[in-house]
Amino acid sequence: MAMLSIENLEVYYGAINAIKGISFDVEQGEIIALIGANGAGKTTILHTITGLVGAKRGSIMFGGKDLTKTSAHKIVSMGMAHVPEGRRVFAQLTVYENLMLGAYTRKDKAEIAESLETVFKRFPRLEERRTQSAGTLSGGEQQMLAMGRALMSKPSIILMDEPSMGLSPLYVSEIFDIIQEINKSGTTVLLVEQNAKKALSIANRAYVLETGKIVLSGDAKDLMNDDSVKKAYLGE
Amino acid sequence: MMSFVSYLVNGISLGSIYALIALGYTMVYGIAKMLNFAHGDIIMVGGFTVFTAMSTAWCPVWLSVVIGIVVCTVLGVVIEKVAYKPLRSAPPLAVLITAIGVSYLLQNLALLIFGSAAQNFTSIVAGMPPFLTVLDGQAPLFFATAPSGSKAILTISMETFLSIVVSLVIMIALTLFINKTKAGKAMLAVAEDKGAAQLMGINVNGTISLTFAIGSALAAAASVLMCSSYPQISPYTGSMPGIKAFVAAVFGGIGSIPGAMIGGVLLGVIEQLSKAYISSQLSDAIVFLVLIIVLVVRPTGILGKKINEKV
Ligand SMILES: Nc1ncnc2c1ncn2[C@@H]1O[C@H](COP(=O)(O)OP(=O)(O)OP(=O)(O)O)[C@@H](O)[C@H]1O
Ligand SMILES: [Mg+2]
Repeated sequence: MAMLSIENLEVYYGAINAIKGISFDVEQGEIIALIGANGAGKTTILHTITGLVGAKRGSIMFGGKDLTKTSAHKIVSMGMAHVPEGRRVFAQLTVYENLMLGAYTRKDKAEIAESLETVFKRFPRLEERRTQSAGTLSGGEQQMLAMGRALMSKPSIILMDEPSMGLSPLYVSEIFDIIQEINKSGTTVLLVEQNAKKALSIANRAYVLETGKIVLSGDAKDLMNDDSVKKAYLGE
Repeated sequence: MMSFVSYLVNGISLGSIYALIALGYTMVYGIAKMLNFAHGDIIMVGGFTVFTAMSTAWCPVWLSVVIGIVVCTVLGVVIEKVAYKPLRSAPPLAVLITAIGVSYLLQNLALLIFGSAAQNFTSIVAGMPPFLTVLDGQAPLFFATAPSGSKAILTISMETFLSIVVSLVIMIALTLFINKTKAGKAMLAVAEDKGAAQLMGINVNGTISLTFAIGSALAAAASVLMCSSYPQISPYTGSMPGIKAFVAAVFGGIGSIPGAMIGGVLLGVIEQLSKAYISSQLSDAIVFLVLIIVLVVRPTGILGKKINEKV
């Protein structure tokens, strides 16, 4: 059975039908890319999975539970973390406090300290700035903090919403390297990206979303060579 | 000189009470993004609860105070659940009108039960000697009654002293709670971004309830101190202190906890000094004038932060 399985999901904002009945699976250990133009509904899907937005119909099965019927704050401890669009770090709090909030649902102090060490090893810059308030970090550093904060919950799957948004090319490459590293260390990744080229280059499989529907899906390599994908998302 | 000290100490004492009330306004605003105009009436409910409990023969003072705090805490949480929670995503004006409605509801219930006449509240430290008495040309007396016939040039009552000490202790405890505990950190996170807080596994509804509980408990403490210092109680007891504390919260920067503390104390001092040296009728007008001047110079209040986010 798939680790995360979405069936006939429909989401509305008032009368606006943002997600029009989509189904997809994420298998353990995969990197799955979700690509699509602005307003296609990518963020809405991630928000519905982690309970920030309610679903009208359909199911989201994860860890034997339907997430559409689970309170948002109970989902993290089931092993799912979400790096939201626009990072949404707690600007008034320090880097350290942000990271500790990432471990909010965990109890074991020694294990938390271990995770903190792992995060600092992966993002040395965060350690240098641990007492700095998050609002004063650069955009790229905030992205690292948002990722580090998500990793602090020791997730088995991590959802990332446009982690490369607004970053310089050098940072973009760094972030994508890190996503691959996170995946190699055993965390499944569901990645939403505008940067389709980069996303497809690291993903196992991908889904293409257009105005709330999945219009294409398959192996990332095949999609990269697909003419319609090339034209619409790879700018070729 | 001695009279100035006396006015100043009384101002700080009154201001500490304002600060306790202002903390409730500012915490609820910071976390639920709403102005809880019924907050002042919680003070009145606290006052009447303690008043009623103390007039029951078997109930000692300390237990009356505890009952008052428990009743207010529960009331604050229930009001949030029943009246405000269903409006979580409603426009701010609807929430504000609801809060005003709750305020009138509480006042009218009190009118129904206790009538409109003010009743005499017995100070919780009634019968105790003043905290400090200074007699002309003699060493100051602490916790002692001056010999009869002597003339004190400065007296600081037990109530005044108690208000300052209790408020100080509460403020220190609250600051430690918010900055050092997990629940406190969760409050700060919810205040900044509810959605992101949920993604951390924080129970946002629970955190909002906790905020209302703390704010209402502080209001109960304030009511006991206030009714002891100004020993009267009526259904309107909460209105003016409620408004002044709201002013204090805006003064200090709404949403800022140290701001509410500083704003409250400053407000009390300004009020007492203008009563003493300018005019007791004009003192409220002067308080509001100072608020307007502060807001013109610093629109976010003394400690209010400008929100600057990187996108
Ligand atoms: N809170 C909301 N209220 C009403 N409509 C919304 C809301 N959030 C999103 N929408 C609408 O839902 C649709 C999907 O939005 P969504 O944010 O999921 O797109 P996206 O694929 O993430 O786009 P982008 O790449 O620009 O981030 C859009 O048409 C958007 O206008
Ligand atoms: Mg989006």
